Amino acid sequence: MTDTFYVASRKGLFTYRRSHGDWMAGAPAFLGEPVSAVLKDPRDDALYAALNLGHFGPKLHRSDDDGNSWTELAAPAFAAADPEDKDAPSVEQIWTIVPGGDEEEGVLWAGTIPGALWRSEDRGASWRLIESLWNREEREGWFGGGYDHPGVHSVLVDPRDSAKLTLGVSCGGVWKSDDHGETWRLTGKGLRSDYTPPEQAEDLNTQDPHRLAMCPSAPDTIWCQHHNGVFLSRDGGETFHEIRDIKPAVFGFAVAVHPSNPYTAYLVPGVKDECRVPVDARLVVNRTENGGKSWSAQGNGLPKSPSYDLIFRHGLDIDKTGDRLVMGSTTGNLWITENGGDDWRQLSAHLPPVAAVAFA
Amino acid sequence: MAHVSFTDNLLKHLPCPPTEAAGDTVRAVMEAVFADNPPLRSYLVDDQGRLRKHVNIFVNDQMIEDRTALNDAVSDSDRIFVFQALSGG
Repeated sequence: MTDTFYVASRKGLFTYRRSHGDWMAGAPAFLGEPVSAVLKDPRDDALYAALNLGHFGPKLHRSDDDGNSWTELAAPAFAAADPEDKDAPSVEQIWTIVPGGDEEEGVLWAGTIPGALWRSEDRGASWRLIESLWNREEREGWFGGGYDHPGVHSVLVDPRDSAKLTLGVSCGGVWKSDDHGETWRLTGKGLRSDYTPPEQAEDLNTQDPHRLAMCPSAPDTIWCQHHNGVFLSRDGGETFHEIRDIKPAVFGFAVAVHPSNPYTAYLVPGVKDECRVPVDARLVVNRTENGGKSWSAQGNGLPKSPSYDLIFRHGLDIDKTGDRLVMGSTTGNLWITENGGDDWRQLSAHLPPVAAVAFA
Repeated sequence: MAHVSFTDNLLKHLPCPPTEAAGDTVRAVMEAVFADNPPLRSYLVDDQGRLRKHVNIFVNDQMIEDRTALNDAVSDSDRIFVFQALSGG
């Protein structure tokens, strides 16, 4: 079991620890500041927090003592372009940070808005733009999903071979590399969109995979909560098939997959894209244990009164055992389950809006 | 040398005491400031050197007009104030 998790919120970073059967929050770090991503690197126990300061831009900090003290690092940044180029890029937000492979000491990947992938080989002290992706001409066809500009929100590193990467881009589809990001190919056949003209519904480059989740023990299984539904890949994100008729809805942002059972996955449904609230104001977590053939809407311990919580794409996480999941909402609610979703327990109703949660 | 001072709200992120810096434009003055305090750069300007959207700079009592190149003129006796905007919080 993992006895610590982190909550990246609109007003600070909160750390929850389990003690004597209860979960307690410590004093927040970065109080008052928007935290856009958090990572506890299992390889060296470093804790990373990405901030998106409302006035002063995106920032990155690392703690080597589990949050007692922090060091500011250089955040990913684009090189200066021609001053006449008024559209020259600047990093707006660090959306995700993930560790490289177990054998890649010090390697981190970061996905940003605008949609770019970055690699650090020195524990975040410096970052290199992955130009092979940035320079792909298809990128001109990407567009923003939820933000003004497209962004890389999911970076999956294959635990069998850390050279193999899978990216989720909103809105820019699913991309794969087999060589540490030296070359890329656009994948995701089987995804479909209904926010583009019908003849473009299967255009790979304009798909909006809200979140990708890889099963660590079966990395060819990748679950995708897409803007238009739920999709499952059995070939590492090369192709997907759609799982239809999920009640109460197929719309959502977050997805989590059991670490040792690729057939067990969790979603948090909302009505639809133009009404991003729980169906009938009843928040549930959908669980399948058979690869999507059937789903059960778990609500035990979730609000019985009308609820308008939305769970962002990084707002649901599952621990190494698969028994514990933590979930934080846009309205500042926080829940945990310790039995795989059968029962949920509210840990707070008073947090700032939650952007991301992450087990240590 | 122009006198440059910063919003107190920056102090919780990094040290930035008032300072004197030479230059005949806001850009030149700020580059001199950044040379002495490199971490300050990314707090005030974006990757392309443009003033961040929710940061304001005044030369004396005038808000600067050129937020991209920062080419507003500065003379030696001027006071430059760096504020955070009321938006963006």
